[in-house]
Amino acid sequence: MSESMQTLEEHTSSDYKYGFTTDIETEVFPKGLNEDTIRRLSAKKEEPVWLLEWRLKAYRHWLTMEEPHWPNVKYEPIDYQDIIYYASPKKKPKYNSLDEVDPELLNTFEKLGIPLEEQKVLAGVAVDAVIDSVSVTTTYKEMLAEKGIIFCSFSEAVKEHPELIKKYLGSVVPQTDNFFAALNSAVFSDGSFVYIPKGVRCPIELSTYFRINTANTGQFERTLIVAEEGSYVSYLEGCTAPMRDENQLHAAVVELIALDDAYIKYSTVQNWYPGDAEGRGGIYNFVTKRGLCAGKRSRISWTQVETGSAITWKYPSCILKGDDSIGEFYSVAVTNNRQEADTGTKMIHIGKNTRSTIVSKGISAGRSHNSYRGLVKVGKRAENAHNFSQCDSLLMGDKCGAHTFPYLEVENNTAKVEHEATTSKIGEDQLFYLQQRGLKEEDAINMIVNGYCKEVFQELPMEFAAEAQKLLAISLEGSVG
Amino acid sequence: MLSIKNLHASVEGNEILKGINLEVNPGEVHAIMGPNGSGKSTLANVLAGREEYEVTEGTVLYKGEDLLEMDVDERAHAGVFLAFQYPVEIPGVSMATFLKEAINANRRARGQEELSPVEMLKFIRNKTKLLGMDEQMLKRSLNEGFSGGEKKRNEMLQMALLEPSLAILDETDSGLDIDALRVVADSVNALRSPDRSFIIVTHYQRLLNYIVPDFVHVLFNGRIVKSGGKELALDLEERGYDWIKEENAVAG
Repeated sequence: MSESMQTLEEHTSSDYKYGFTTDIETEVFPKGLNEDTIRRLSAKKEEPVWLLEWRLKAYRHWLTMEEPHWPNVKYEPIDYQDIIYYASPKKKPKYNSLDEVDPELLNTFEKLGIPLEEQKVLAGVAVDAVIDSVSVTTTYKEMLAEKGIIFCSFSEAVKEHPELIKKYLGSVVPQTDNFFAALNSAVFSDGSFVYIPKGVRCPIELSTYFRINTANTGQFERTLIVAEEGSYVSYLEGCTAPMRDENQLHAAVVELIALDDAYIKYSTVQNWYPGDAEGRGGIYNFVTKRGLCAGKRSRISWTQVETGSAITWKYPSCILKGDDSIGEFYSVAVTNNRQEADTGTKMIHIGKNTRSTIVSKGISAGRSHNSYRGLVKVGKRAENAHNFSQCDSLLMGDKCGAHTFPYLEVENNTAKVEHEATTSKIGEDQLFYLQQRGLKEEDAINMIVNGYCKEVFQELPMEFAAEAQKLLAISLEGSVG
Repeated sequence: MLSIKNLHASVEGNEILKGINLEVNPGEVHAIMGPNGSGKSTLANVLAGREEYEVTEGTVLYKGEDLLEMDVDERAHAGVFLAFQYPVEIPGVSMATFLKEAINANRRARGQEELSPVEMLKFIRNKTKLLGMDEQMLKRSLNEGFSGGEKKRNEMLQMALLEPSLAILDETDSGLDIDALRVVADSVNALRSPDRSFIIVTHYQRLLNYIVPDFVHVLFNGRIVKSGGKELALDLEERGYDWIKEENAVAG
């Protein structure tokens, strides 16, 4: 191993910086899952009967399903009876201002570099922060309400807007869709709901910070975003989790619905605990994210920066049903040490003149494995569909792996599908060049990696892009050569 | 400025430099010539600290310090600049970002204040203009899609911006047309000063029509086998390298 290779590895093997836990009193269910758990959960949340039935249907179907093992990832079997399915901060607070919020909680956000106070004032971001399963604080609600925008916790939406939830819940990801989506449908605890009325352009970026915070709590978030005709919303999701020894399961479901001429931009920065250098601990991130471009000329854009989790298994997808609709997927996935990621997207072209763009940038360091898996499907009716895919892999060091699994199903011969793929090693030539110009090794690495990810970062909202760059630097600290 | 004594260096176990001795004083321009494979580029890269080249013997003092003990970026901070024979492309990193980071990294390391964005822009624009380069170039990715001539011009721009004490040009003239060659020569001549030295590695004499060296050294088979004034370059132009090879074959 060359010397620079060694420093590359030192650079990437730094410790997780956000490994701390918050000491907030929580109420937890005993471990285990059965129909009673679900009934109790539903009762706890004072849910209507139809929703309980919906959950039970999902649960019963889940019992008949098998955990999928086709992803290119390896992990210890999950004991679903060894998971706590509900945990909430004991006092359910309803705050008018941040002063009333548990200082411990605010401190946690502080450590994460997410000062709510500052964000409220400076960034104009309404933050619906979810700690474990119950929404603790919501801001900017009134301002949004004036425009008829609904942005609230999922539980609240079930109570306040049952007709919308009933209409759209499971309409993109049915509760029987896949093993983890079925599990989520049965036991989801909370999440976010966004509704943008016809013709309204949401004036601020909506964001939710998720945080897994109680040991052994599987976290089952549910996000539903509905954009009515001609509306626009940009939604940001960012996550960090405290250090844990046990693996923690996270199986979220995100559903997006865009009607005629609506545009939903969904950005994620994910930095959950990836486990230690030997692969102990870390989050299992098995997520189902899917958007339905239901209306004509609608557009859904997924941007993700994935640096965390021990195992990542997710394919934010677009169903391009409306004619002239557009689906986009921009992704940076970083794996280091023993992390494994199998991520990509599905673009399902159903309507005429539908277009999709896929830009995937994988970065592997340490002994990690990083796979891109993507499906482009063009249905019989989808005249003049157009897809462009670009999948690049960057290797740091010589013990990691990068894999690309592109799938293509075209049933209409007017389709135009382009695919480009590259695999490169971070060049010693590039490092030497930058260092010769006076850059320190880690700054040189960051510069090269950020350049490589530029096409994705420029899709992120400003403040998120800066955060993503920082995250990338932290994730790859001690790694190149 | 620079004192090289009995320098030996290998690449993957093959000894390329076999005992180089060279003294460079402040303000001097030294041309290193020699046939292909004689070790010219190796010497340039060893001085800049490229790690594939293993120094097996000898010493290099730079401004009285042990150059070989310094990291690549430390050498840069101390004023050693290498104009690359093959400048690498770095996609997605804009020229402006790169130049700004490089300039400020050196300033920080030298205990100077970083330039403000306004000062920086002015400084870079000014030098860009002097080199006859299009400002639009600052928005492009570093060396990506640059023509051979543009890449070399870019090397000269960086040299002008980083104001080194010792600039090493590694076959900067190779593959250049006469106009680009002039740009390189003008850049070097503009920077010549009593406290700045140059080592110009070249295969051909033609660059030396425009940059008049104080000394010319002929490198052959890992050793400097002949040193002289600027006339030596003309001699080589006229007679080629064969007589050097023959002389040394006899001697060796």
